[in-house]
Amino acid sequence: MTYFPEEVVEHIFSFLPAQRDRNTVSLVCKVWYEIERLSRRRVFVGNCYAVRAGSVARRFPNVRALTVKGKPHFADFNLVPPDWGGYAAPWIEAAARGCPGLEELRMKRMVVTDESLELLARSFPRFRALVLISCEGFSTDGLAAIASHCKLLRELDLQENEVEDRGPRWLSCFPDSCTSLVSLNFACIKGEVNAGSLERLVSRSPNLRSLRLNRSVSVDTLAKILMRTPNLEDLGTGNLTDDFQTESYFKLTSALEKCKMLRSLSGFWDASPVCLSVIYPLCVQLTGLNLSYAPTLDASDLIKMISRCVKLQRLWVLDCISDKGLQVVASSCKDLQELRVFPSDFYVAGFSAVTEEGLVAVSLGCPKLNSLLYFCHQMTNAALVIVAKNCPNFTRFRLCILEPGKPDVVTNQPLDEGFGAIVRECKGLQRLSISGLLTDKVFMYIGKYAKQLEMLSIAFAGDSDKGMMHVMNGCKNLRKLEIRDSPFGDAALLGNFARYETMRSLWMSSCNVTLKGCQVLASKMPMLNVEVINERDGSSEMEENNEELPKVEKLYVYRTTAGARDDAPNFMVGRIREEAGRGVATVVSSSSVSSAGSGKATLVCLPYLGAIWPGIIIHHPLYFAF
Amino acid sequence: MSTSSADSSPPVSGLDYDDTALTLALPGSSTTDASDRKRAGAASHADKPPSPKARAVGWPPVRAYRRNALREDAAAAEAKRLVKVAVDGAPYLRKVDLAAHGGYAPLLRALHAMFASCLAVHRAGEGSEGTAAMRLVDSVNGAEYVPTYEDKDGDWMLVGDVPWKMFVESCKRIRLMKSSEAVNLSPRRSFK
Repeated sequence: MTYFPEEVVEHIFSFLPAQRDRNTVSLVCKVWYEIERLSRRRVFVGNCYAVRAGSVARRFPNVRALTVKGKPHFADFNLVPPDWGGYAAPWIEAAARGCPGLEELRMKRMVVTDESLELLARSFPRFRALVLISCEGFSTDGLAAIASHCKLLRELDLQENEVEDRGPRWLSCFPDSCTSLVSLNFACIKGEVNAGSLERLVSRSPNLRSLRLNRSVSVDTLAKILMRTPNLEDLGTGNLTDDFQTESYFKLTSALEKCKMLRSLSGFWDASPVCLSVIYPLCVQLTGLNLSYAPTLDASDLIKMISRCVKLQRLWVLDCISDKGLQVVASSCKDLQELRVFPSDFYVAGFSAVTEEGLVAVSLGCPKLNSLLYFCHQMTNAALVIVAKNCPNFTRFRLCILEPGKPDVVTNQPLDEGFGAIVRECKGLQRLSISGLLTDKVFMYIGKYAKQLEMLSIAFAGDSDKGMMHVMNGCKNLRKLEIRDSPFGDAALLGNFARYETMRSLWMSSCNVTLKGCQVLASKMPMLNVEVINERDGSSEMEENNEELPKVEKLYVYRTTAGARDDAPNFMVGRIREEAGRGVATVVSSSSVSSAGSGKATLVCLPYLGAIWPGIIIHHPLYFAF
Repeated sequence: MSTSSADSSPPVSGLDYDDTALTLALPGSSTTDASDRKRAGAASHADKPPSPKARAVGWPPVRAYRRNALREDAAAAEAKRLVKVAVDGAPYLRKVDLAAHGGYAPLLRALHAMFASCLAVHRAGEGSEGTAAMRLVDSVNGAEYVPTYEDKDGDWMLVGDVPWKMFVESCKRIRLMKSSEAVNLSPRRSFK
């Protein structure tokens, strides 16, 4: 192939959109590496600390679409301290310097500031899509900057972010010349928006296909908007609380009649059951429905609506739907592929209206089901076995029994056999979350059968190190492993440490791992960052015999070419007894912290949230040719 | 909240279920006891970190965004305004939550539903915007019922005169009065 001109090779590469394939071809030779990197248009960075932002920007100067993910998944559940990291600024700055052609930026679980949004808005003349998921750190002022300066903006999609509200002005910042919007989602914005500005914006956006409003938008405004968007495919309503009989509802009904392309509905904030009847005529054409933010709807309301949704493929509901409602889902929604049942009440010892029976019913009635997230208070092995037989196509199976360690409610046995059936039957399973009473046996099944598994979430499960080792040894495709409150210690952590290089990350919290185990791991695997987070006061134990090193509260291990993080919170220096061997633990002074490339492991202590016992990051600064 | 759907009798109803559950244990063994069952499960895994019966941090695994969104709804839902409803001739009173309805029309529909066997909603004349006069009609004998309420001052008023939110705040109880008794309340007055 070396005698082909570069343009030809580049053209051949254009048929390889998948990042994995492009990474592979770039390893063949220097020429291919160069051609590939200059023609790469989409870059996905699954862990923002796995690689330096500057390196990415330098390698791929012509990137058009960049995706970066920050905090580990368990940050969603407040397990990661707020100042841990995941900052977007280095990425936006590096892209601003090196990738002027950037058009799309997607970020998940990152800390984004208004300054960064301002820089983003001004740096990329062709910028057209911003997607922020579960991010924080910015306000509506940052959105105002995006609206004002991104002249070609097509997509502004804000999903479940924590956004500081500084008033409704941001929406009015879209200039009159902005007519390119295709997708606008501001459901997570808490404050009011100017109805007139919104209506005008929608009126001049003929390509608008997806619109998700926030709670403040009234029925009246919604009706007016929908009159202008007959081609809308995805709608997130505002609040639906007004008096049913008023003019607005009549207008809404006639506007909705025109929306023949509408396929997906969400929102339903504060929805009163009576308002739902306005939606009934649409149900027959819906493929996606999210009612999970409508606790005001009870089972009978939900049943009346869902029984009409015969083409539904994706359904998100609260457990108010009850087993009876799930039976209706099973008999009405034969095309269902994804089901999520969220808890309406977070009290772990309470009761929910959904049980294993509802899940069995859905598995019987919806053979295409491949993705499940199910919160409930009880489960049985028998039910899981039936579900596994009925739905062998699961790729995502997440079951959360609210009470930790709860056994099969009928037999009082662990749920090992049930989950065993799932992994045995569902040969394409990529993501699994397990719960309830579980012994090492379930991990033996997972290691043995879940060969395609990429992500595994474990909570309050297992008996011994063997459990985790089954997984580490058996699941050849595992990329992300997250564990909390399970009895896995150093032996499990170190049992197959070479595997961590093939994984994106490992999270362990409230397990039995000790500091020593972390030190050993860091010394054996220079290409990992081993981050230890201890938030409690245990300083007196630190001086004791190091054999009895205290347990590590939270551990986050990930492969990286970036070496030590330079944005870890609040450096402090500590003194650890030196160990013989490959320089695992050394006394550090603050100056040596910044000396990367010394080849020695440095033990760096940092406090989180003012705790006296310092957390420890064990780094191996390392230079890696990219 | 999920408890409001208790009327549809979920299969599990708590203690009763546990008491009647069949297990493989010998008669008289302690595992039939619900709390012992939990302890039995925990005891066999003594090496585990103590399984928390109280709420653990970040458990259940629901995103903060979702928790906050639902909590706002719950807070709104908890601001209940339950008032008694009396219907002339009915053997017992009912209670209705004024805060759960968006306006007069949903309220009257709810009242109709409560006394459904005997009443139908009937709109009297064309209303101007907002509150049209409504009356409830007994479909058996055609007797009309006029919705009235007792306000904070103890006066009996006709439902529908004041803005909805003001009504919710000042209403102490509701009475569906037979219109033959309601001669002094001029139900055919037109409203602003």
